[in-house]
Amino acid sequence: MNEEDKRLKKVCIICAKGNLEDVYAALVMANGAVMEGIEAKLFFTFFGLEAITKSHMEHLHTAVVGNPAMRLPGNIPFPSLMGIVPGMEAMASSMMRKKMEELDIPHVGEFMEMIEAGGGEIFACKLAVDMFGLKKEDLSEHVKDIITIAEFYELAGGDHSQIIFV
Amino acid sequence: MATKMYAGKPVEVNDEGFFLDKEAWTKDMAPEIAKEVGIDALGDKHYDVIEYIRKRVAAGEQLSMRGMGKSGVVDLKEFYQLFPGKPLKYATRISGVPKPTSCV
Repeated sequence: MNEEDKRLKKVCIICAKGNLEDVYAALVMANGAVMEGIEAKLFFTFFGLEAITKSHMEHLHTAVVGNPAMRLPGNIPFPSLMGIVPGMEAMASSMMRKKMEELDIPHVGEFMEMIEAGGGEIFACKLAVDMFGLKKEDLSEHVKDIITIAEFYELAGGDHSQIIFV
Repeated sequence: MATKMYAGKPVEVNDEGFFLDKEAWTKDMAPEIAKEVGIDALGDKHYDVIEYIRKRVAAGEQLSMRGMGKSGVVDLKEFYQLFPGKPLKYATRISGVPKPTSCV
């Protein structure tokens, strides 16, 4: 059995959430794929549309309420109830974005440029776009098309192809 | 680990073909390594990238895809065209430096 034959050739990543960490998980996986010569399709649906909506994409938040893994700097546990303090979520989110910048992690639009440079493609879910009352012009220029789930499955076909749901 | 012959000299490389000692690399080895990753000929632009990579690594810096895009030497589209498939991996391998560990 040839090792080469088992390698991934395509990943189709569905991002259905709009918080910072899930969007970045999808972006890191898509960019990581094209860097390795693996074809990547990124499909944003439901709250994931936040990541491709022009007005919101650079202001993604992370949840501070109901997030048991949330910690303060210095590894101090963050009581969930503290999250209801006004401004807490914005502060935690901006701290996370700052830390990411330090680690050379690009912001959302730049990440999408990097994915496109490697031949990756970004799509929006038609059903969710209609549901949220969005139009093509509300979406980032990195969005190649608004497609149905049937069209998504067509893109996802082929050997050595995986679908990843975030 | 293996020993390869590049430009008539034996060189120690790891399982993925990356040089164990970046000082063992010379410019005339680059075209031979390039052939192994499917690049038939290296042009000036390739050598600009190689020179940039070796400089950054010599300065102890981490290489990343994002960093390459901001290098001023190539933009990312060009980088993908110059080293098709796995640009960062192939370019560093041809440059005789260790494999980058960045995820971006």
